[in-house]
Amino acid sequence: MRQVWTNTIIAAAGALAMAATGAADAAEKITVTSWGGSYSESQRKAFYEPFMAETGHTVLEDEWNGDLAKVRAMVETRNYQTHVIDAESGQLVAGCDEGLWEPIDYAKLGFGPDDFLAGAAHECGVGNISWSFIFAYDADQIPGAGPASWLDFWDVEEFPGKRGLRKQPKWNLEYALVADGVPFDKIYEVLGTEDGIARAFAKLDELRPHVIWYETSAQAPQLLADKEVVMTSAANGRIYTAIVNDNKNFRIVWNGQAMDFDFWVIPKGHPQADLAHDFIKFASRPDRMSDQTNYVSYGPLRKAAVKHVNPDILPHLPTAPANTKNWFKTDTQFWADNREALTERFNVWIAK
Amino acid sequence: MAVTTATPSTARLDARTAPPLRVQLRRAERARKRNAILLIAPLLLFLLITFLIPIAQVLFRSIENPEVVETMPNLATAIDSWDGRELPPPAIVAAFAADLAAARDNKTVTRAAKRLNYSIPGYRSLLIKTARRLPPPDTPDLLAALAKIDKRWADRAYWTVLKRASTAHTLEYLLAAADLTYDTDGAVVEKPDHSAIYMTVLARTLWIAVAVTVLCLLLGYPIAYLLATLPTKYSNLLLLLLLLPFWTSLLVRTTAWVVLLQNQGVVNDLGIWLGLWNEPLQLVRNRTGVYIAMVHIMLPFMVLPLFSVMKGISPYHLKAAASLGASPLRAFLKVYAPQTLPGIGAGTLLVFIMTLGFYITPALVGGPKDQMLSYFIAFNAGTTVNWGMAAALSLMLMVCVCVFFAVYSRLIGVNNLRLG
Repeated sequence: MRQVWTNTIIAAAGALAMAATGAADAAEKITVTSWGGSYSESQRKAFYEPFMAETGHTVLEDEWNGDLAKVRAMVETRNYQTHVIDAESGQLVAGCDEGLWEPIDYAKLGFGPDDFLAGAAHECGVGNISWSFIFAYDADQIPGAGPASWLDFWDVEEFPGKRGLRKQPKWNLEYALVADGVPFDKIYEVLGTEDGIARAFAKLDELRPHVIWYETSAQAPQLLADKEVVMTSAANGRIYTAIVNDNKNFRIVWNGQAMDFDFWVIPKGHPQADLAHDFIKFASRPDRMSDQTNYVSYGPLRKAAVKHVNPDILPHLPTAPANTKNWFKTDTQFWADNREALTERFNVWIAK
Repeated sequence: MAVTTATPSTARLDARTAPPLRVQLRRAERARKRNAILLIAPLLLFLLITFLIPIAQVLFRSIENPEVVETMPNLATAIDSWDGRELPPPAIVAAFAADLAAARDNKTVTRAAKRLNYSIPGYRSLLIKTARRLPPPDTPDLLAALAKIDKRWADRAYWTVLKRASTAHTLEYLLAAADLTYDTDGAVVEKPDHSAIYMTVLARTLWIAVAVTVLCLLLGYPIAYLLATLPTKYSNLLLLLLLLPFWTSLLVRTTAWVVLLQNQGVVNDLGIWLGLWNEPLQLVRNRTGVYIAMVHIMLPFMVLPLFSVMKGISPYHLKAAASLGASPLRAFLKVYAPQTLPGIGAGTLLVFIMTLGFYITPALVGGPKDQMLSYFIAFNAGTTVNWGMAAALSLMLMVCVCVFFAVYSRLIGVNNLRLG
């Protein structure tokens, strides 16, 4: 319902802007699909509203949960419900393999891969934010010196209580190896071997009786707030907004976290792919990207935007110097190769 | 023949005046049938277009295998003649390299790569890497050159998988749904224990559906009896109470159960406050939570058919049985219960079949050991976009429903006969 209102308001605002600028004949409607919540709100303020004011186009918002089946149905029936989608790296690669994303025409955008952090300018999508899959704890439940590493996360003697982990092999296997003493640059090398997989699962076995598995990233701060768990893995932005907006006494542990990117993608064969490119070009402007950090603690991916980031939020970004002492970059190629096999294995393991 | 020619005039006369009654009747019957069909034609057409054809299309994907055939057509033809016992001959390797180069230029490599990755994890990056570094087509020993890019090309398994993926149709998805797979020589073998999952999930799905159905019947039968025997003004109120949650969104009800049942939830707080138990009971994210939430959701589907059947049973039957000397229990078991069988039949059928396909409730209130088949269908359809696998699992679920329905309608049919 709230979504409907938001859409209506935005459409109305767009219509007003249109009337004001008298650009009615060139105005189009463009639908952007993202993840909802505080993240969508930051995009509304940093991208959608300025885009509407500047171009006279109307931005309509939609939400998704990363379900590529809908995108595939859209592309196969050529019945497009959205112009631009905010996708995580997993969906970027899976959809790119499947031919679900329109190849990005960097000539149209007027910038190239060199303007971005490494890996953020993909043939199928343009990176927009960096985010980290950290773990956080509730300082109300763990007063004093809290856990500081994945080793502590595994230490149920020192820090008794349930742990929240997302129900998927991705990152949990990496964390297990980190807790088992594997250095960051060797994680994927170890995980690439049968012994390494067995080692990661054996480490997860130790923690299993103390784990509550959650399904979607929004559940993580909720579990912590409901005191169902004392610590949980989570996307850093979700915990940040719980601290800032809901005054929760949560602490983020910036040690051994995985970093990943989100990307703007366009459904393949979209008749208005040019319009979608226009939007991505606008949303990739350094001033827009740095403006987004005023509303959410995710890091911009365009090098020129990094300089203009709001200094207040800088310490909370995944790319902040203090937060990037011990971290690893998610190997999207590894997961593209092994996601199905390891998920199958994970599901068998978890059901034992 | 001789008889008809003997009386030609009468036969001609009949034909001229009116056809025989039998023919007329048949004609009228045919016209009626035609009208009936015409009347329901829009509905049939609607069902066909929106229901049957899409389902058939989706299920057909469980045997479709177009990725490699379409991206590497020449290889698909060439590799057909290879018996797969040794490494492939140069002609096939050359066809592979040529097709891979073409696919690279058309940017379709990933499509084939993703398909091959279903069979051997890692094939995806192997193919993409190889496409990038492909040696020139006139290289003398192409296979050795490929093996230099990655030594896996010297492994026969990668070539036999390529051969199996190069046919227009495959049984691989259906086999995988039954935890089976092909080995390097093309024999059907069981999957290793660490990745055999779907048979367990199927058994679990059936078991949860049976348990929920039985619980619904045990809880719903007395409620339906109460509703059917109470005066209308009370029974209507109770029926309303029963239906009220039925009109609430499934997602809202399921989430409400999580809030009620979690460790710091209402039920646990109340129980501890009353001193019924000391430690919070684990009521959610396990099978208990799944049963509680699913029985709550399915209960109206059991109560309503039972109620409508019980409403039609005359109370005089029980009185007559009692007057003939039957004890209340005997009268209930011999006279009342058999008359409710059609209601039990309809209720259990509805609940069982709907429960089989449940997805969102176990996903939210269940733990990892409580996920049902639909969860894995959704995972394959939405997350990994492996629609072949999703279709194969859907087919498995649908076959289960059909088998169950066939057995059930036969059993209930027999019961109905005995009743009559």
